[in-house]
Amino acid sequence: MDKFFADFSEMLANPKYFNEFAFGIWETLYSTVIATAVAYLLGLVLGVLLIMGERGGIRPLPGPLMKVLNFVINIVRSVPFLILMLCVLPLSMVLLGTKIGTPASIPPLIIAAAPFIARLVETSLRELDKGVLEAAQAMGCTTWQIVSKVMVPECLPSLISSFTTAFITILGYGAMAGAIGGGGLGKIAINYGYNRYNYAVMLVAVVLIVILVQIFQSIGSRLAARLDKRLASGGRRAFKKQIQRDKQIPGAM
Amino acid sequence: MIELKHISKVFPTAEGELHALTDVTLTIGDGDVYGIVGMSGAGKSTLVRCINLLERPTSGQVLIDGADLCAMGQKELIAQRRSISMIFQQFNLLMQRTCLRNICFPMEIAKVKKADAEKRARELLDVVGLPDKADAYPAQLSGGQKQRVAIARALASDPKILLCDEATSALDPKTTRDILRLIKDINKRLGITVVVITHEMAVVEEICTHVAILDHGRVMETGTVEEVFSNPQTEAGRRLVYPDGVHIAQLPAAKVIRIAFNGGSSYEPLIASLAIDCGVKVNILGADTRNVNGQAFGTMLLGLPEDPPEAAKAVAYLKNQPNITMEEVRDYHG
Repeated sequence: MDKFFADFSEMLANPKYFNEFAFGIWETLYSTVIATAVAYLLGLVLGVLLIMGERGGIRPLPGPLMKVLNFVINIVRSVPFLILMLCVLPLSMVLLGTKIGTPASIPPLIIAAAPFIARLVETSLRELDKGVLEAAQAMGCTTWQIVSKVMVPECLPSLISSFTTAFITILGYGAMAGAIGGGGLGKIAINYGYNRYNYAVMLVAVVLIVILVQIFQSIGSRLAARLDKRLASGGRRAFKKQIQRDKQIPGAM
Repeated sequence: MIELKHISKVFPTAEGELHALTDVTLTIGDGDVYGIVGMSGAGKSTLVRCINLLERPTSGQVLIDGADLCAMGQKELIAQRRSISMIFQQFNLLMQRTCLRNICFPMEIAKVKKADAEKRARELLDVVGLPDKADAYPAQLSGGQKQRVAIARALASDPKILLCDEATSALDPKTTRDILRLIKDINKRLGITVVVITHEMAVVEEICTHVAILDHGRVMETGTVEEVFSNPQTEAGRRLVYPDGVHIAQLPAAKVIRIAFNGGSSYEPLIASLAIDCGVKVNILGADTRNVNGQAFGTMLLGLPEDPPEAAKAVAYLKNQPNITMEEVRDYHG
């Protein structure tokens, strides 16, 4: 316990730690943002394929193709992240010329997260009423128009929620990547806490991760609720706006 | 003109093949309001989905103005679908779009200029009586208002056919009447052919000119609403037109006849005049009469007196009445 407080006061006194945390936050953020952006794009495409290509979907794809797609997604999802990362690091070597450091952790994060995101997107898109898809088909939409103008916009609030979940999961994976050469807050926590028994630094790194998660979760949740026109609150807001507009028209009640 | 020729639809299921439609042949003329009625499970929804090929018939032809939809490629089919609009029981509006942008949607996918589309959408909101709801979201509307927006959206592509799949089944009776009036009005003003799928005979009475009765995937009878309602020829027809059945009373009667009112200008006090004019008393065993477009339709089941000359007198009297047909009911089990 004494060591903990000693470590703690040393950490506060030494500006080296401050810089290390600041840089850790930066590394964690940029690797998470890039990995989530790319993985979500891949996951979105896969998720859309899963929904539109299934039997009874808007553009059924050959059954064997769908089976392979589902199988690959399940396989990648069931490999533990650290092992998957070890397997994918050679790809980082090819792409970035290195197996260690924060950039090198990004390709494994993308490959690990994309199938997971595909399932999240699939779940989000499944919420869409089949009748709405039927109406769109009856109106003469092409497949691309149904995807781009009906499926994605109608499910946007749910897709934002799944994006938030994906972001936070990747942030967590990124911290794990610290164990095998990745950078960021996860590396700080493992280096100091696990390797050098400096629990004060580890605690701060973990608290910082928790704070980041809280921030992004509340931003995501609020954005999803604000954009959802099905909800009473969003509806009320739009309704209030309309009343205000009506008031501005002279002579209108 | 819509011609359905020998349409069959078979769904493969775990328990074997399900024959949803069997050899359905129908012709729907331009400007008709054509009702397709049947009990639930009769295949109505499948049939209407064959008209725009949301369901592809297992066999048969769907001809719209002579062009066979089943033989078309995806592009041609999409073009055809843009002239066949559809409204639904559950409205199926886009919940994340305002009413105005919902109505713009069919024009958006047909690449109409945005300004033109919005102008047209506002006109259509006027047509359906919701000019102040342009910026409202569907979640803020009542069921009847949602269906009005759906109708405006259906009209946005200037269709020649409007398919209504149980369009009023989720609405209360008053709203149902309002929506039906709107559809009838649209049919009259714009000359759009309307196909109405429903299980409610009241809907058919209210707006249809023609009707087809569907039972277990087969067309049992077709004709003008007047013909079918005054004198349903099949058991399925009678079941729908007179859902409460005509076998109501249990009264002693030697001979039972069914008389049908074929649209006299009003309900003549027939039974009273029968008693006064020829002094014959008949028992009314059951009756079901209704008013269609201001004319009286319906049937009465009459028990004739046991005395044969009396009965003959009554039959002779009824035969001479205008707008009435009569038939003997042999299988009356009271």
